Amino acid sequence: MPSDERPDQTRIVIPSDPMAVRQALQALFDHLMTGRMSADDRDTAQIVLAEALNNIVEHAYAQEPGEIEVIVELCASGLTCRIMDAGLPMPGGTLPQGVLAPMPSNDDLPEGGFGWHLIRTLSEDLHYRREDGRNLLTFRILAQQYPH
Amino acid sequence: MELDCTQTPDLMIIHVRETRIDAAGAIDFKDRMRELTAFNTLRVMLDLSKVTFIDSSGLGAVVAVRKALGPDRPLELAALTPAVEKVFRLTRMDSVFIIHPGVPAHTGGQRDAI
Repeated sequence: MPSDERPDQTRIVIPSDPMAVRQALQALFDHLMTGRMSADDRDTAQIVLAEALNNIVEHAYAQEPGEIEVIVELCASGLTCRIMDAGLPMPGGTLPQGVLAPMPSNDDLPEGGFGWHLIRTLSEDLHYRREDGRNLLTFRILAQQYPH
Repeated sequence: MELDCTQTPDLMIIHVRETRIDAAGAIDFKDRMRELTAFNTLRVMLDLSKVTFIDSSGLGAVVAVRKALGPDRPLELAALTPAVEKVFRLTRMDSVFIIHPGVPAHTGGQRDAI
């Protein structure tokens, strides 16, 4: 869609490795977005992106490594994010529901299963599709853009 | 994962000296915590004041440490920064852990870099 707004887009391509995910998140949120989004909005965006990227590293690329492409764009309505990978498709072709289980006693506390709950709680317009052998995940983080 | 430790007669405070407990560091964190808490049976408080980011893998590691310590020695957390507090709140783990707003200032113990 044509727009009069100047695009404010950042594209990062990383290998499917937890340390590469950490470095990409630090580059984005400790440097690039500092002063352009509030600290609270940056925290929210970083939590969602971390969960989405870690999920690709752990599941989509569980069998063999590959590349992850991240495109973020800061616009009036917030931070729009597109994440692409060439790994395995989502089981069933859809995103997990990410519903938190009732909190059990200490012995049975869950050590995982939080990721999709965090993504679904903190993001808007979350969509997934498989296209030409690639996974495409898109979402938006509501954020107030600071003038710069 | 750099952790160091302040010890009093009844409390061991473990200070996380890293800014992140994330998927890249979660296993190392669990291993270091196991090493540090194996030598005694003191209460354990985790000082998170330097930690500005935690993801679900990091959260899972903190939960695993709590479970490993056992029901008689519940892991206490202190000085959560806003992003860490947000993750604990949204996953309802804030209702599971004892969370202190800050770390006790004068513990009278000796700090050992480990």
